[in-house]
Amino acid sequence: MTATPIDKTMPLANARLSHTTVFWIGFCAVMALLIAAPLLLPQFWSGFLTECLIWGLLAMSSDLLIGYTGMVSFGHSAFFGLGMYGAAGALILVSPPNLWLAIVFGLAGAAGAALCVAYFSTRLRDIYFAITTLIFAQIFYVIIFTWTAVTGGENGLIFDRPHFTIPFLVNVSFNSKTMHWFVLAVVAGSYLFLRRVTRSPFGMVLQSIRENEARTRAIGYPVERYKIVSVMLSGLFAGLAGVLYAVQKEFAAPDFVYFITSGDTVIYNVIGGIGTLAGPIVGAGFFQLLRQLMSEWFGDQFPYLIPLGIIFIAIIIFLPQGLLGFARRWLNR
Amino acid sequence: MSDTAQSAEPLVRVDDVHTYYGKSHILHGVSLQVAPGEVVGLLGRNGVGKSTTLKTIMGLVQPTQGSVRFGGNAITGLPPHKLARMGIGYVPEDRRIFRLLTVMENLRTGLDRNGVTEERRKTLLDKVFAYFPVLAERRGQAGGTLSGGEQQMLAIARAMMLEPRIILLDEPTEGLMPRMVSQIQRIIEALNNEGMSILLVEQNVPLTLAASQRVYIMEKGSVRHHCAASEIDVNDAVIKQYLGV
Amino acid sequence: MGAISQFLHAIPVDLLIIQTVNGIVTGMILALVASGLTLIFGIMDVVNFAHGELFMLGAYMGVIAFAATGNFWLALVLAALIIGLFGAALQIVTLRPLIGRDPLNTILATFGISLVLQNYALWQFGPVARKISEPISAEFTLFYLQYPWYRIVIALLSAAIIGCLWLFLKFNKFGVWIRATTQDRVMAQAMGIPVPLVYTGVFALGAAMAAASGVLFAPFGGVDYSMGLQWVLEAFIVVVVGGMGNLGGSIVAAIFISLLEAYAAVWLDPSQAVIASFVVLILTLLFRPTGLFATPK
Repeated sequence: MTATPIDKTMPLANARLSHTTVFWIGFCAVMALLIAAPLLLPQFWSGFLTECLIWGLLAMSSDLLIGYTGMVSFGHSAFFGLGMYGAAGALILVSPPNLWLAIVFGLAGAAGAALCVAYFSTRLRDIYFAITTLIFAQIFYVIIFTWTAVTGGENGLIFDRPHFTIPFLVNVSFNSKTMHWFVLAVVAGSYLFLRRVTRSPFGMVLQSIRENEARTRAIGYPVERYKIVSVMLSGLFAGLAGVLYAVQKEFAAPDFVYFITSGDTVIYNVIGGIGTLAGPIVGAGFFQLLRQLMSEWFGDQFPYLIPLGIIFIAIIIFLPQGLLGFARRWLNR
Repeated sequence: MSDTAQSAEPLVRVDDVHTYYGKSHILHGVSLQVAPGEVVGLLGRNGVGKSTTLKTIMGLVQPTQGSVRFGGNAITGLPPHKLARMGIGYVPEDRRIFRLLTVMENLRTGLDRNGVTEERRKTLLDKVFAYFPVLAERRGQAGGTLSGGEQQMLAIARAMMLEPRIILLDEPTEGLMPRMVSQIQRIIEALNNEGMSILLVEQNVPLTLAASQRVYIMEKGSVRHHCAASEIDVNDAVIKQYLGV
Repeated sequence: MGAISQFLHAIPVDLLIIQTVNGIVTGMILALVASGLTLIFGIMDVVNFAHGELFMLGAYMGVIAFAATGNFWLALVLAALIIGLFGAALQIVTLRPLIGRDPLNTILATFGISLVLQNYALWQFGPVARKISEPISAEFTLFYLQYPWYRIVIALLSAAIIGCLWLFLKFNKFGVWIRATTQDRVMAQAMGIPVPLVYTGVFALGAAMAAASGVLFAPFGGVDYSMGLQWVLEAFIVVVVGGMGNLGGSIVAAIFISLLEAYAAVWLDPSQAVIASFVVLILTLLFRPTGLFATPK
């Protein structure tokens, strides 16, 4: 897809402000809004926003593969799900439940899954990679669904939300506001980290793999190693999203490991604009908002994925840079 | 010869064509003409845009600027399959035989058109088999199993199935044995005697000069020189530099 | 010796034979689905994610046409025709604009199509599976089972349809166009083959074959909105194991995979038996990425 990192190539109308300044002003403005949101929004919408941020993190992790390395993953549900079940394991087994341990367990679970996928991804491209990720995710789904003794099978696992602790300093229980701020901090931190990664020399190599894998290899870059690292990174952040979701919702369920989660992740990316990191977050918000609004207007049974699917196809055909890419182009005009 | 060719309505007329591959500017305003029944040579070093010129005429590459006319009609932007049906035959540089199709099936790709009667098919096939008896022998064999020279014959024969008014011939003797080269040269002459126009891209300068009535010399994506083939002096220093001989 | 004979004794021979028959029957239906998929892949370099949904819609169309006409075989033909036309329309509206763009776009677009079709089916037909009666009720005895002749007929019919496809590709003018375009689409265009039309035609053909398989499968598997994913995954596996774009390889691989799953189901839960074919796929991708039965292009 034509998803060059737009920040870099498009000149701004106002030439006096440097790109970096504009970015930080925009970033701070959005952060201020998101920090203020739970104070201003009713409880339901505030929780909704928290959830959107988590989906945004999942989408962003997948963008590292789709948008930057040029590999479509249809298996992000596996990383997300293992993050979720890893956190669940820590929260159930260890008493009192510890937030940081949940994160460590979740990331370890996601890293395990990512290692499997990464090992194969070094050899596969394009559709082969997409299918293999999908099939790995299905394998994890079947295991989680049928291994009832450990995973609770169809019913999933229920547990208590851990406290927010910093040893010897803080030990407070989460409420919906602090949960939101915690999620926001993690997502914003991940965004800045991934943004840094994609602009580093490492990120440039990933983009050159997307543009021309053979040439990148010919120049002498160990393409396989770069792909492994990008899959691992992507899997870890997807796992982190899974941990956050488990902590926020206080349950883990096999539905989240199913293909539908992976599919939604791809949709967030395409709608928001692949290769932009922020775009997928916008896409996730847009998707969840439309879904929520449609079920309020037309009832719970409304097949919201029909209109969303049509929007998705239309965006692929007419707006290959996604909503964010389109908005940026429109603003720069 | 060249004067009469110039004054008649050209069969192919390329006007100030600019072509890009991605961001690299390949053709910088190429103009050339081929009259009906004329063999025109296109000479120049490797990478000056000769093949791209042929691809642009065939509609395989779309020019960003300029026009291509064929038989008096503007054809810029038409899809290649329409141009093939209108009477432009294309023999690409690397021959591009359908390797898994038999010789006969390769020929069928050009024969299965509307309005080709059974009788006409037979005449056409008889004609190419007379030109290339070896293809008749190997008609059931997969294209990929033919030798290089045989593949070249098949590529020309396949283009002839379209009953074209012009054949765009890209490097037909590349990598062939000398015996094959002279055979290809005879084929070019024979086709021309039937009244077919040929736009010939070749590295083999003596062959091109012998086969063509006029030649264009290209450099860096545009035509630098054009004249009757007989006027070219291969020993001229400037010509030598253009051709890299 | 004792251990070996004990082991041999533990093998349920009768069950294995029954599973062999079952495996071949499902394998033939799978081969029909996969040959459409591999045809589309060969020509467009795109794995059609929506293929399972065309299978599923075909099955529903068969149920509807059967209810309307009362004739199963007529319903089969009608469903294949309707879904074939539908496939052509789908290709023209959604995939044709993407020709020449990064193949990633096409993969994503077919995924979008599958999403829309699946949710349409859920909305239109509801979550409850539908079943239609087998058009042939005769049975024969296979050990302790009364085995329906219908399943044997399905296997033969699938083989016949695949045979017709082969003849079509081999001798028909359009078939030669398809093969030429598969090998070299640029040269095919330069030879006057209307490649955009060939694309649409192949997509329609693949859709019709998927629909026919769906109808054939409906009497013994039931029809529900979510069946597409499972079939498309299996068909993917078959296409990869058989060698992308290799029709003969797909057929052999379909039977191989179905037999494997049928045998695995003797000892495992059916949902776990699927993993057996996943493992075959992963091994194939690792060691023979061009497929187990690849002929070099």
